Amino acid sequence: MGRTLAEKIWDDHVVRTADGEPDLLYIDLHLIHEVTSPQAFDGLRLSGRPVRRPDLTLATEDHNIPTTDLDKPIADPVSRTQVETLRRNAEEFGVRLHPMGDIDQGIVHVVGPQLGLTQPGMTIVCGDSHTSTHGAFGSIAFGIGTSEVEHVLATQSLSQAKPKMMAVEVEGTLPEGSTAKDLILALITQETTGGGQGYIVEYRGEAIRALSMEERMTICNMSIEWGAKAGLIAPDETTFEYIQGRPHAPQGEAWDEAVAYWRDLVTDDDAHFDKIVRLDASQVTPFVTWGTNPGQGAPLSATVPDPESFEDPIEREAAANALAYMGLEAGTPLRDIAVDTVFVGSCTNGRISDLRRAAELIKGHKVADGTRMLVVPGSVRVRLQAQEEGLDQVFTEAGAEWRGAGCSMCLGMNPDQLTPGERSASTSNRNFEGRQGKGGRTHLVSPDVAVATAVLGHLASPADLEPVRATAGV
Amino acid sequence: MEKFTSHTGVGAPLRRSNVDTDQIIPAVYLKRVTRTGFEDGLFAAWRNDPDFVLNREPYQHATILVAGPDFGTGSSREHAVWALQNYGFKAVISSRFGDIFRGNSGKAGLLAAQVDEKVVQRLWDLLEEEPGAQITVDLESRTVRAGEGPDAIVDSFTIDDYTRWRLLEGLDDIAITLSHDDDIAAYEQRRPAFKPATL
Ligand code: SF4
Repeated sequence: MGRTLAEKIWDDHVVRTADGEPDLLYIDLHLIHEVTSPQAFDGLRLSGRPVRRPDLTLATEDHNIPTTDLDKPIADPVSRTQVETLRRNAEEFGVRLHPMGDIDQGIVHVVGPQLGLTQPGMTIVCGDSHTSTHGAFGSIAFGIGTSEVEHVLATQSLSQAKPKMMAVEVEGTLPEGSTAKDLILALITQETTGGGQGYIVEYRGEAIRALSMEERMTICNMSIEWGAKAGLIAPDETTFEYIQGRPHAPQGEAWDEAVAYWRDLVTDDDAHFDKIVRLDASQVTPFVTWGTNPGQGAPLSATVPDPESFEDPIEREAAANALAYMGLEAGTPLRDIAVDTVFVGSCTNGRISDLRRAAELIKGHKVADGTRMLVVPGSVRVRLQAQEEGLDQVFTEAGAEWRGAGCSMCLGMNPDQLTPGERSASTSNRNFEGRQGKGGRTHLVSPDVAVATAVLGHLASPADLEPVRATAGV
Repeated sequence: MEKFTSHTGVGAPLRRSNVDTDQIIPAVYLKRVTRTGFEDGLFAAWRNDPDFVLNREPYQHATILVAGPDFGTGSSREHAVWALQNYGFKAVISSRFGDIFRGNSGKAGLLAAQVDEKVVQRLWDLLEEEPGAQITVDLESRTVRAGEGPDAIVDSFTIDDYTRWRLLEGLDDIAITLSHDDDIAAYEQRRPAFKPATL
């Protein structure tokens, strides 16, 4: 019988298999950041173990990094200690690190693909759940805990039980004005936050094929938000084109050899999926969340749902709790929800194409009075590229704040946080209680919706914006 | 890692579903570089509420947490497991766990016992009717027991064989893998040369 894409990659990485034990998988790339690694390096030191393959390991600083006053030391002493600990560990164990101030610093999931280190057919892990992002290249990529980080550092392998296989068939074409972010938010609401649990998910179908590489990353990034072990997309010409010429892309004969291997990375026609779910892309419209998990979402045109409308008692209670936390009333049109802060950034939507799109939409508009907008590039290179294209000016002229690169308000480990009760529209991936700051209220949105929301001061889509008058004056 | 065979202790009912790891420990508490001292951050947002279950006697002394479905979803932070352990928890019972959380628990020595949703409901009822009631989680026989008489709760829980074995033996995962060093080296020999390297 044929195999799925994920099964092929899996099989190619099995170091050892034995009855009654999980497979031992070889790890091609191990990404590291300051929050989930200190205890792992400590563990190595305690047992006198080296890092087995520093040459397959890459570290960057992202979670704690301030996005203002970049020339000053980190003000928060605890954050500073964490970052300095990473620097010491990288030095001691011979791991390549891109620290603050380095041109290749940025969010770990933006940096890997940007350097060309993320390629098809790999196994990629990181002590971060959004490692699933790298699945967009046709790799098995997933987040691990700190004990596993230590395990990979010491052995370059990981014992893993083989997950079940799921296909997400996305047929049709995304309508004009709908984005990859809307698609994945709609899917998570359809399947609920636990729907992907125990599965590696392959996103397939016409609508997926049509996506750019960066849009595919947005989709795979949020695989974990519906519980999937990993999410991936078969590599194709779009993928190869994106990789070619990047610093770590194979070259010459190695490139040909690699591409030949990558071309085989497709699910066989007679492969078996344990589960298949379907989504019609042509029905996807701008989508936002109203609750406190990414599965509590609705089309922007809808109203805040009535908890009583949920049949499942657990979902009903969760909806009631969410509305109480979010300060929302059932029946309120989502478009009537006023927003204090708009955050454009994160490993979901902080890449150059996201910023280009946002800049194009905001051009000629102004951020509404009483609303602030933060634009945080996913990496230093994204920031520099945007500046080269003058996007920073477009944002600042519109009244938005142009910041340094990092995770920033996605999780508020640095000073970029919401205050209690403050409401945000955020292009990130998690609307959990307190995620963006204690008591903060988060609505997950696409960059398009983020811009329209910033301009109008309430949740909105670009279709709600007045066309900008030509500068020549009409 | 300490061996885990069976544990009996006070149960705390956490009547919530989808308790993600940001709830278990918010990001601002993740800045320590040790594996200890995370108990202050455990359920930080809820701990301010005097009615929160862990702020009430005798649940304050609980060592077994009984939570709703999808416990530990979200972020990969193992700090969530450490925070529970630092507080004193030995086991968490739920009908469904986030994958990474369950994996982390197994590595760090916290028992994540998956039971049927009905068992969670019955445990919640028991713990609320009889505050301070004890629960036993027996890893050897994979059973959870609580209460007495005809209403006693006795049911099985699921945990994968390998994790169970490691917990029972208190084994260090890395040492097990390093014993297969030959296999790893052999794999490295046959890895394609076009794979990227960072150095
Ligand atoms: S941007 Fe947000 S989701 Fe992405 S790695 Fe940083 S904190 Fe995690």
